[in-house]
Amino acid sequence: MSDFPASWQFRSPKARLALWFGWLCLVALFVWCWQVMNERTIWMFVQDAPKQAADIGGRMWPPRWSYLGELMVPLWDTLNMATLGTLLGVILAVPVAFMAARNTSPFPLILRPIALFIIVASRSINSLIWALLLVAILGPGLLAGIIAIGLRSIGFIGKLLYEGIEETDIRQVEAITATGASQAQVLNYAIVPQILPAFWGITVFRWDINIRESAILGLVGAGGLGLKLQNSLNTLAWPQVTLILLVILATVVLSEWVSAKVRAAII
Amino acid sequence: MTTYPTTWRRPPQIFTHRGWRIGLQLAALIYLVFAIGTLEVSWARIAEGGERGMRFLMGFLSPDFSSRWRDISQGLIESLTMTLTSTVVGVAISIPIGIGAARNVAPAWIYAICRSIIAISRALQEIIVAIFFVAMFGFGPFAGFLTLSFATIGFISKLLAEDIEDIDEAQAEAIRATGASWAQLINYAIQPQVMPRLIGLSLYRLDINFRESAVIGIVGAGGIGATLNTAIDRYEYDSAGAILLMIIALVMVAEYSSSYLRKFLQ
Repeated sequence: MSDFPASWQFRSPKARLALWFGWLCLVALFVWCWQVMNERTIWMFVQDAPKQAADIGGRMWPPRWSYLGELMVPLWDTLNMATLGTLLGVILAVPVAFMAARNTSPFPLILRPIALFIIVASRSINSLIWALLLVAILGPGLLAGIIAIGLRSIGFIGKLLYEGIEETDIRQVEAITATGASQAQVLNYAIVPQILPAFWGITVFRWDINIRESAILGLVGAGGLGLKLQNSLNTLAWPQVTLILLVILATVVLSEWVSAKVRAAII
Repeated sequence: MTTYPTTWRRPPQIFTHRGWRIGLQLAALIYLVFAIGTLEVSWARIAEGGERGMRFLMGFLSPDFSSRWRDISQGLIESLTMTLTSTVVGVAISIPIGIGAARNVAPAWIYAICRSIIAISRALQEIIVAIFFVAMFGFGPFAGFLTLSFATIGFISKLLAEDIEDIDEAQAEAIRATGASWAQLINYAIQPQVMPRLIGLSLYRLDINFRESAVIGIVGAGGIGATLNTAIDRYEYDSAGAILLMIIALVMVAEYSSSYLRKFLQ
């Protein structure tokens, strides 16, 4: 009779020890970070938080519905900011995507790294930071918001689009090339039809995200609903804040629904 | 002899009906005219901005790390510690909520509660949550930590719940057949299947939280965003350029190391 072990264990003792050591390191790092982070935290304020929350909550309800009329123009501005920003982003992102894709880049050695850097730089800076910069440069207003949204969209659309271009079917490209088509014709008849559905999907998806972002860009002065939010917060008009948040929430839910419908229809 | 057409036009790709196509293009055109019409642009202000833009560009090309180094390093430390603590706490809270939001392991009423927690966390934007937490808990990284933890819950729980719903049922069936309790089922059937992905998601969220930590400082929740905001308010474009370059560099490092680690783990 062979002797089976009385109990079964998943890992060897050595692996278990390493695993425990890993967890220990994580916990130690967490505790250390916690200490550093909270060096200057005033715990009295933290203890006071439930009271503050109840206070703000009490002031916020009921929302001031009569303010709704004043919100219509900012809402229109917000929608425009998102749409025009997406448009700008698309116009800038398409050439970048074609330069970044391995199979369509004209001079891969030089242009690819540049295009990839543009994509990474645009992706790593949030649109709120773009807006902060552009408001300082161009002055407050919708234009700064539109450009901020556009610049942030380049990275997103560019990245997804260039991945789409790299995944296109090579056989269709070869078939078009075999007819004696020029480089531009190959792009137009072999690559574009293959990525067009993906392109519209990405654009609508980004438009939906941009609606979300443009609603708050006003916090740094770029116009739209965020500007009203900032004004209401500064004057401590909490019932107006509630209403603005409800309008933002409704817009976001609606745009998400529209984008989901459109993408389901395309793809 | 049949006559072939000498020219060929590519058929339309998405809207095949001609009327729809023209109508849509017309509608888009009308919208564009309206949208651009309501745009108020003061060209005088923009012309003035050209000079500032050049100064900012110069600041970006010759960043000044040294003169505000104390503020920058303080902001960076806050951002980094905030990122780590909020990811750890957020993931720790997300695990029970994620399990509760998976239809195949949780009863209906717990499922409903957990799903609504996720929906609330995902619907509210970080920056708005940050405004409220700053109002409640005072300025500083603690409010930022709470904001990021809150946002992490929605993200991780949702993806974890979807992952648990997608597991291989045969393994759960096998564990159940041994007479395992619910806790043992989670531990021996679910956990081994979702663990690699959970670690991957946590690393991805660490990356996102760092990006977000650069933003929520603008409303007073601590971190590098607050430093950046101050630098721009003071028109110190060379310091702002330095901060932006550091954010880009750190985000790139975070993105590449997190994607490398995820590949290594899976």
